[in-house]
Amino acid sequence: MTAPTKLQVNGRAVTVAAEPDTPLLYVLRNDLALNGAKFGCGLGQCGACTVLVDGQPVRSCVTDLSAVAGRSVTTLEGLGTADNLHKLQRAFIAEQAAQCGYCIPGMIMEAKALLDRMPEPAEAEIRNALADHLCRCGTHNRIVAAVQRAVREG
Amino acid sequence: MRETLTRRGLGQAAAGLTLLFSLAPAGAQPRLPGSLQTNRRLDAWLRIEPGGVVTVCTGKVEIGQGAVTALLQIAAEELDVAPSRIRMVSGDTALTPDEGFTAGSQSMEQGGTALRFAAAEARAILLDLAAARLGAPAAALAVEDGSIRAPGGAATSYWEVAQAASFAREATGRVAPKPAAQHRIVGTSHPRLDIPAKVTGGAIYVQDMRPPGMLFGRVARPPSYEAKLLSVDLDAVRALPGVVAVVRDGRFLGVVAEREEQAVKARKALREAARWEVPAALPDPARLHESLRALRTDDSVPSEKRADAPPAVRRFQATYTKRYFAHASIGPSAALAVYAADGGSVQVWSHTQGPFPLQRDLVRVLGLPADKVRVSHAQNAGCYGHNGADDAALDAALLARAVPGRPVMLQWMRDDEFQWEPYNPAMEMRLTAGVAADGRIVDWGHEVWSNHHNNRPQNPREGSNLLASWHLERPHPPVYPRATPQPNGAGDRNAVPLYDFPNQRVVNHLIPEMPVRVSALRTLGAYANVFALESFLEEIAAALGEDPIAFRLRHLPDPRGRAVIEAAAKLAAEEPGDLPRGFGFAKYKNVAAYVACVAEVALDRATGAVRVPRVWAAVDAGQVITPDGLRNQIEGGIIQAVSWTVKEDVPFDPQGILAKDWNDYPILTFPEVPRIRTVLLNRPEAPPLGAGEASQAPVCAAIGNGLARALGRPLRALPYTADRVKAAMVG
Ligand code: FES
Ligand code: FES
Repeated sequence: MTAPTKLQVNGRAVTVAAEPDTPLLYVLRNDLALNGAKFGCGLGQCGACTVLVDGQPVRSCVTDLSAVAGRSVTTLEGLGTADNLHKLQRAFIAEQAAQCGYCIPGMIMEAKALLDRMPEPAEAEIRNALADHLCRCGTHNRIVAAVQRAVREG
Repeated sequence: MRETLTRRGLGQAAAGLTLLFSLAPAGAQPRLPGSLQTNRRLDAWLRIEPGGVVTVCTGKVEIGQGAVTALLQIAAEELDVAPSRIRMVSGDTALTPDEGFTAGSQSMEQGGTALRFAAAEARAILLDLAAARLGAPAAALAVEDGSIRAPGGAATSYWEVAQAASFAREATGRVAPKPAAQHRIVGTSHPRLDIPAKVTGGAIYVQDMRPPGMLFGRVARPPSYEAKLLSVDLDAVRALPGVVAVVRDGRFLGVVAEREEQAVKARKALREAARWEVPAALPDPARLHESLRALRTDDSVPSEKRADAPPAVRRFQATYTKRYFAHASIGPSAALAVYAADGGSVQVWSHTQGPFPLQRDLVRVLGLPADKVRVSHAQNAGCYGHNGADDAALDAALLARAVPGRPVMLQWMRDDEFQWEPYNPAMEMRLTAGVAADGRIVDWGHEVWSNHHNNRPQNPREGSNLLASWHLERPHPPVYPRATPQPNGAGDRNAVPLYDFPNQRVVNHLIPEMPVRVSALRTLGAYANVFALESFLEEIAAALGEDPIAFRLRHLPDPRGRAVIEAAAKLAAEEPGDLPRGFGFAKYKNVAAYVACVAEVALDRATGAVRVPRVWAAVDAGQVITPDGLRNQIEGGIIQAVSWTVKEDVPFDPQGILAKDWNDYPILTFPEVPRIRTVLLNRPEAPPLGAGEASQAPVCAAIGNGLARALGRPLRALPYTADRVKAAMVG
């Protein structure tokens, strides 16, 4: 076993004892018991596993643990909690923007990155930012509406 | 008390059985509403718990469409308690009623009807108890959130009067539920119970379970359905870091490891260690429909009508086809299983749509007594029908059997799901019609060729429909179901027209043999049958120079159907545009919700790509339980069906399925998703009708009719993927 890896997750310093090529997704879900990021494809194609690394959206299923050593990772849990929701989470609830909900954490994280760089995106910009995120339930238009609501309600 | 035996809901029996009204008693017992018929005790449904809580049990499960929230609303409404007091227990073979499958948009009709009557009766029992305690007639008592008040001010509550034995009796079905006009909770858009956890990372999916000592499992499937395992070196895999067990039973191969990434690596090694012979067992994809038609069929005539009518002066005929498409859930199938340390019992957490039918198949395959196999529902990503959920449950159990006492989390990889899930079957429809001199259709024929659309676990006496059971050293034979009777049907679902034609004949050519694994996917055969029917109708209208909407209305006496068609046409007309548009209509299964759609179609002539920028829909789902949830389902169905129609085609060759990931099987993306406007025609006094599968077929037909306008001729072969449309344009 190689040396443990140190990183920041949701503002907390953590040390993980896992092989350096372990996908970040498995570290988040299994070592840190964080449910937000989901396994969808493991191939970087669907976006269900999206988290922020130093503020940038990355697909944690194809990101090695070693690549985030010393860096700061934010998951859905890091945005807000059930009692203290982030504006995006509040907007997704208000719009009931989920059917099965499996794709939603990735959508919210991508939207967070979008709003951080572009606080008032047009609808087409939201759709383009989410173009590589798949949803099978057909919740797309509600997801867009939720992001727009988060922009509006701030 | 009102006699309620005439309500339509009474005839609706358990999953898979007929929905037709029937007054025939089941044995000597009275017929009870919805799933009460098969789960007759009140305490199977409801319990008044200490601390102001009510437990409501349902055999239906949450598959991402808000069913459990809607059921909670129904129970809260009839009991007169705040929704927040209710704790829902769903889909557990040890705890809840057996309601078969959560499928076919029947949760409200079966489970909702049962709960409505059970809760109304429970309320009446509690009021009788309160009446005795308060010395006032039950009819004079008022209930507010479970508190009961007599006219003089004396008060008690459900929790004070309820006894453990209060509901330990059979339901009678004779306490009338509230009339719709009195509803305060049903009919409002109650926020879904599961959404807050889903947007904050709460533990809600089966993959979020982490019992102590949990191990991780993966399976290494054969490269194709018929592949033979020639040899495999298990020792090299056993020696890998973290590997706890390597399982081989026949050509079922799997690994169990301490860590998930170790299981993934071991799976890869196991696949590389196995040598297979791969026969050419699938049809030539270019001759798919010919190959299927060459197979033996079981023929039946689900509908035949003969009546006097003027003679036909013009005859029409056309053949329509569709290929395979996939459930393609965003989350691959998964399950958690744990064997007792003595190996004598197992519990499995699964996202199955039918915990009880799955349990019965597991009992047979695992060889355990029925009371030693417990299945508990836990969510995963949406399944849209019979995907890999049940198969993963058996996989997890087979792996857990190798490590008794330790829970195993089994997760399919993306390629497991794409290659092994049962797809929606390929189909062929041949339609014929005769038109009289007055322009009316007097004769209609619809023949359909299809595999069965429901190859779920079936509860037969032998055999199994769980994937791994076919691969074991001592394999279980697959079970071929018989044709499902109308009005549900399977391959012939919605093949019987709702339109009124004096003479008609519908023939169902059920093909038992399945070269490609197929089973239930939203709408079953309705998607393709409605596509064929509604396309054919428009082709005839065009040949006669008739307006397609007026032509439909002329043949449709059903007033609710007419209202939906007119509402959709009016809605679309409010937003004019230059692109060609098409229309499609169906009443799902001819017994569920009515949906009419207008779709706008943009054809890229250079590439053949078809886009659907806008869709307008009108819906009559009877009494609307939760309007926002209904819209969410209708819109989700439209988007998914647009994706099926213009993007999806399972790739295969004679050696096997070629879809392994999202590049091989693209689906609709955000920039391609249509804008949708929906109008709901609420019918508060009509029974609620399932709507989760009502919009897919009409929108497909609307796209087909719109594309026909864009091309100047109909394109009768689905799907409309760019390469196929392009080929049709030059061909
Ligand atoms: S799971 Fe990472 S992109 Fe699909
Ligand atoms: S809500 Fe189910 S995949 Fe998006």
